[in-house]
Amino acid sequence: MDIDRKNAGQPDVDISALRKASSGGDTPRFWRGLDELADTPEFRNHKENEFPHGANDPDAKLDRRDLLKVMAASAAFAGLSGCTKLPTQKIVPYVRQPEEIIPGKPLFYATAVTLGGVATGVLVESHMARPTKIEGNPDHPGSLGATDAFSQASVLGLYDPDRSQAEIHDGRIGSWAEFQDELSTALGAEKGNSGSGVRLLTPTITSPTLGDQINTFLKAYPSVKWVQYESVTRDNIREGTKLAFGEYVNTVYRVDQADVIVTLDSDFLTSGPGCLRYAREFARKRRVEGPDSKMNRLYAFESTPTNTGAMADHRLRMPASFVDDFAHHLARELGLVVGDVIFTPPPTREQFAWIQALARDLERHLGASLVVPGDQQPPTVHAIAYAINAALRNFGKTIYFTEPIEVSPVNQWDSIGQLAADIRAGGVTTLLIMGSNPVYDAPADLGFKEILPKVPFSVRLGLYEDETSALCHWHIPQAHELESWGDARGYDGTATVIQPLIAPLYGGKSEVDFLAVLNGQASKPSHDFIHDYWQAQRPNVDRFDAFWEKTLRDGVVADSAFPPKQVSLKADAAMQVTPYTVRGLEIVFRPDHTVWDGRFANNGWLQELPKPLTMLTWDSVAMLSPKTAERLGIKSEDAIELKYHGRTIVAPAWVTPGHADESVTVFLGYGRTRSGRVGTGTGFDAGWIRPLATPWIGGGLEVRKTGARWALATTQTQSTMEGREPIRIATLDVYQKNPKFAQADADENPLSLYPAVKYEGNQWGMAIDLNACTGCGGCVVACQAENNIAVVGKKEVMIGRHMHWIRIDRYYEGGVDDPGAYHEPVLCMHCENAPCEVVCPVVATVHSSEGLNEMIYNRCVGTRYCSNNCPYKVRRFNFYLYSDWDTPSLFGMRNPNVSVRSRGVMEKCSYCVQRINAVKIEAEEQDRPIRDGEIVTACQQSCPSEAIMFGNINDPNSRVSKLKANNRNYKLLEELNTRPRTTYLAKLRNPNPEIEKTPAV
Amino acid sequence: MADSPSDRLAEQMANVPILGPGYNYASVTDKISAIVLARRTPKWWIFGFLISFALVMLLMVSVTYLLVAGVGIWGIQIPIAWGFAIINFVWWIGIGHAGTLISAILLLLRQQWRTSINRFAEAMTLFAVSCAGIFPLIHMGRPWLGYWLFPYPDTMKMWPNFRSPLVWDAFAVSTYATVSLLFWFIGLIPDLATLRDRARNRAAKMIYGLLAMGWRGSAVHWERHETASLLLAGLATPLVLSVHTIVSFDFAFAIVPGWHATIFPPYFVAGAIYAGFAMVLTLSIPIRKLFRLEDFITMRHLDNMGKVLLATGLIVGYGYMMEAFSAFYSGNQYERFMILNRMTGPYAPMYWMLIACNIVTPQFLWFRKVRAKVGALFAIAMVVNVGMWLERFVIVVTSLHRDFLPSSWGIYYPTRWDIFTFVGTIGLFLFLVFLFIRYLPLISIFEMRTLVASEEEKKAAN
Repeated sequence: MDIDRKNAGQPDVDISALRKASSGGDTPRFWRGLDELADTPEFRNHKENEFPHGANDPDAKLDRRDLLKVMAASAAFAGLSGCTKLPTQKIVPYVRQPEEIIPGKPLFYATAVTLGGVATGVLVESHMARPTKIEGNPDHPGSLGATDAFSQASVLGLYDPDRSQAEIHDGRIGSWAEFQDELSTALGAEKGNSGSGVRLLTPTITSPTLGDQINTFLKAYPSVKWVQYESVTRDNIREGTKLAFGEYVNTVYRVDQADVIVTLDSDFLTSGPGCLRYAREFARKRRVEGPDSKMNRLYAFESTPTNTGAMADHRLRMPASFVDDFAHHLARELGLVVGDVIFTPPPTREQFAWIQALARDLERHLGASLVVPGDQQPPTVHAIAYAINAALRNFGKTIYFTEPIEVSPVNQWDSIGQLAADIRAGGVTTLLIMGSNPVYDAPADLGFKEILPKVPFSVRLGLYEDETSALCHWHIPQAHELESWGDARGYDGTATVIQPLIAPLYGGKSEVDFLAVLNGQASKPSHDFIHDYWQAQRPNVDRFDAFWEKTLRDGVVADSAFPPKQVSLKADAAMQVTPYTVRGLEIVFRPDHTVWDGRFANNGWLQELPKPLTMLTWDSVAMLSPKTAERLGIKSEDAIELKYHGRTIVAPAWVTPGHADESVTVFLGYGRTRSGRVGTGTGFDAGWIRPLATPWIGGGLEVRKTGARWALATTQTQSTMEGREPIRIATLDVYQKNPKFAQADADENPLSLYPAVKYEGNQWGMAIDLNACTGCGGCVVACQAENNIAVVGKKEVMIGRHMHWIRIDRYYEGGVDDPGAYHEPVLCMHCENAPCEVVCPVVATVHSSEGLNEMIYNRCVGTRYCSNNCPYKVRRFNFYLYSDWDTPSLFGMRNPNVSVRSRGVMEKCSYCVQRINAVKIEAEEQDRPIRDGEIVTACQQSCPSEAIMFGNINDPNSRVSKLKANNRNYKLLEELNTRPRTTYLAKLRNPNPEIEKTPAV
Repeated sequence: MADSPSDRLAEQMANVPILGPGYNYASVTDKISAIVLARRTPKWWIFGFLISFALVMLLMVSVTYLLVAGVGIWGIQIPIAWGFAIINFVWWIGIGHAGTLISAILLLLRQQWRTSINRFAEAMTLFAVSCAGIFPLIHMGRPWLGYWLFPYPDTMKMWPNFRSPLVWDAFAVSTYATVSLLFWFIGLIPDLATLRDRARNRAAKMIYGLLAMGWRGSAVHWERHETASLLLAGLATPLVLSVHTIVSFDFAFAIVPGWHATIFPPYFVAGAIYAGFAMVLTLSIPIRKLFRLEDFITMRHLDNMGKVLLATGLIVGYGYMMEAFSAFYSGNQYERFMILNRMTGPYAPMYWMLIACNIVTPQFLWFRKVRAKVGALFAIAMVVNVGMWLERFVIVVTSLHRDFLPSSWGIYYPTRWDIFTFVGTIGLFLFLVFLFIRYLPLISIFEMRTLVASEEEKKAAN
């Protein structure tokens, strides 16, 4: 009966009662649906929303005044209907701005975006109340002005047309009011047993206000269990600190203080809380100004190749499960007393020598070294890393500890396991899910898909109506972070108040709203919760209004970072080892580089962002080393069957140079079945074979070839430099002996028939320090957001039609098993002798008076000759109508200062000419020259490691000129005499001479 | 000395007349005009016409879909932004060269044997240029703006970029098409008048009459006609050289290794003549058979064309050799890589097939026996047609797919729409050829009459 009605899409009305009522006298003569006839509360509610009070009352007597008022309002709103709504409460722009909004001039607001609960401070560019672009907040310690790809892409997440747009009650449209009624009924029934059947499932909560609200709820219902769960959990890190110090603490690194860094299978430069700051500090220690400069040195123990490993001066490749043993071995070399462990299998002679050399190097840098354990490594690795850091006297220097940034640090995997057991036992009557998606991402053996329908009353607050929502009784659309009030803590505890940039586009409810309903405070605006919480926290502030305004403006709550905390290392921290249980092939689970745990699956920018090192898009793969692949007879793009813990899944294989042998890495976040038009059906779901017992590293994987092929879309097919030198690399030693090694073929006065063009005033140029670039890909998404670059989809990427204006080339050097991997961002070089310009038949690409190579879309007829003649192949062509001209929700996202390209035209990097012009206009208004550093391109802005520098090369004192004067500076394909304005600073490595003999110069 | 069989053959060949015996003015005219004026359409013609018409429809569908969806329906991409369209363009333009060469250069050189083949060689030129002309237009991202390549007065005060070879190309090809059309039409006028006079059907009389533009065959007409023909021949002669030179600039002007070569202009022109003669042979052999024109297109013609094919084939072969040599000799790593990649890279089969088609196969033409066999000539001509297409494929695709930065290398596969469009233009070409041979005199009647006279003079002299 229930199902039938659902299918028929009929409202929930009693037909016989209706029949009786309709024969009576007071029913309307004409009715729009059975709803209206029955006059259900939902209908009344809907009518109220649709037609505000009085607007449709035909009997109301309008006098002339009212009529004029209504008419004026209608006229005003007619113009506004296409626009967006500002949030009702006051939000405060980042820097002092003019009083009124000037069309065409964006305002910037400081707020934060979170990943796994941890905030990264950002500035959001807003055009006429439409957020269009995310930039880093220089005042936020976790950003320092940089952003990662996830935060950049959150703008697309905001405008995503697939986001859920209505309350869903058992598959039908419901209403917020109806939900509140049902919830209070459900909670009322639990009041008697103080909520023992109620569970609240949330992601990691660092937000102090949300924590406060949850605690209020828990006070009212003391038996409610609060479960925090993230698929990409930081349990190991938390448990590691507990193992080492006996309590949960938050670990913060000071990479700028470290001269020797060792990672134990950690990708700390591009992943995890604080990675933006760490990358910046790391890069600053590698900024080689001249032969006298020093560099830090990075050693990596690594299984799955990562960006951090690619930056390492020395990389020791091993299965992830060996890292524990090797770390203990290192500890023993450093003289620590470690547990009596049988090393299985023992390090080889070379590995042993490597570890010894490393130990000596560490000993030479007491207090200036750092050992970073990997997020996926077991707690014992973390404990030993702390023990080593302590022994190296790094505490308080390169590493310090604070109170946990989570409101309530727990072992999340234990609690999700407990929740599943409770549901199975029938002990859960009400399940309130706030944001989490356990049906997709909880450990597969918990079977959330089967057990969730058993819960009598389940509610889901979510951005998408996804796998979990489909199995809950209620789905409530969640407001995006850019549309809601909130707060969150950064990697070091710094709190940021999240301000909404726009009223919810699809009428979503924020987490604060949701918890307010639980606490019976539904009528209190979410803004007030945040405001009141911080007011209560800052009782001594004189004028809280001023403090509040400053907090909103700066994007950080003053003095909210946690102070360093004294910890005492337990004596047995180094004594424990995770038992070596791996038998057979090892499997390593990792969060995906671009879709993380699957939450970004419906984000086209992130799907199409080439994953570091593999350059793959739109898919996840099972990575294995060339040697293992050879042994198993597997080639890249073979569909292979992975069998683990009794579950099997088919995955595409990707033979990855530098991967550990006898180990397979799979990535979470793909294989979504209900994520939206973009994400559904991409990749395979590695979570399906991820049991509760081994969230990250396990043994006993079985691999079988299916014989089928799984075609993958990679943006770079050639991995080697083919004897050419697009990336020039030397060791620090070689550089010191021959500082001009990168400029061997430099020709200061290249031959030309024509006199050189004289540039008066400004002349733009760019320098990219390859020594700093980690290849994280943040710039690619930043450019995409800034320049309205289209997403083309897997099929088009497969035939080389991706549209990115900046790409990160990755080259391998050395043997196939363990090569060096190098990154090089390539964008339009804005050549002085641009080969594209001469060949365009219609003058659609020309040189500007400031040296830019400009593309005139309107003039382009699409012969593509320019692309053929571009030796850097940075031009991108609209083979189809790639830009979405049809989805209205995406219109608001676009940068109004950049044309949206149509079919059949060429496009390419413009050096963010719109930003150049904006600054030029401002400088002209103020009658002053443009200051160095005033123009920041989108890629430069987002770069955490400050690898990209842009500026006026006519000014010898500009930072870019100084970089270009560096003797590491070289031009890509200089021999072609294109005279590129984008130049590169050669990459340097700083190997330990004990491990690597320096080649003769 | 003159005893060996091949020598006897040589002697025979030299004595083969360029017009079969026993023809007089009237019979020549009868024979050629009868093809046009015959009431019954041959069955093979209807069959061939319908097939080619179907292919034209395929072209229409392909182009329509292209205009609706965009050039993305093809296999082109970055870095291989030019694919079948440009390959086909250059191939067709090359084929279009023989006609003008035969009519103009051989006319100026007073090669009488050209008479019986010049008309349809010219027609073939026009049709090939028509097919070629489609591609530069439709390969553009926004073909409806193609006129921007021409300098025309407009309110934007924008001129095309005169530095771009594509603009030169637009001039060269359009000039060539215009001159070829005029030349062909002026040559047709006396014959159109003949058809007008002989046609019995009123509609045919009207149409041919209109086209004949009042030709009465007076001495003044003949004198002016002769002058115009010579002038146009003089105009067309440099065009034969210039068009493909400029087409080669599309490549030579670019910096792409494999394109950037000074040898391109002569080597392209030779290649064009090579391809053109191959196509003339491909067409004339079946036509000669089907219309029983063996007396007009004699073995002497075929032999001569075989020789031209061999000569131009050798020039083209020299071009390939020099391309490889200069790549090695340059010492430039990109050039060296380019030629090695052609020979051993993913597209190596195309390269070696090209060598087999264009260099190895024509060597058989050294033998008179081969040149004396119609079937063998036809087969060789077909192989050369394929080889010349492969040459353009190798130049366009293999050069682009691996250029300077290894990171941006790619692989190109044509899609079905690439193939449909190509096959469609072959259909268009055949469609026009079928219409031409049925409705216009495929051999120049008035010029054949002059041959009758000269043959008689020869006889009288003997």
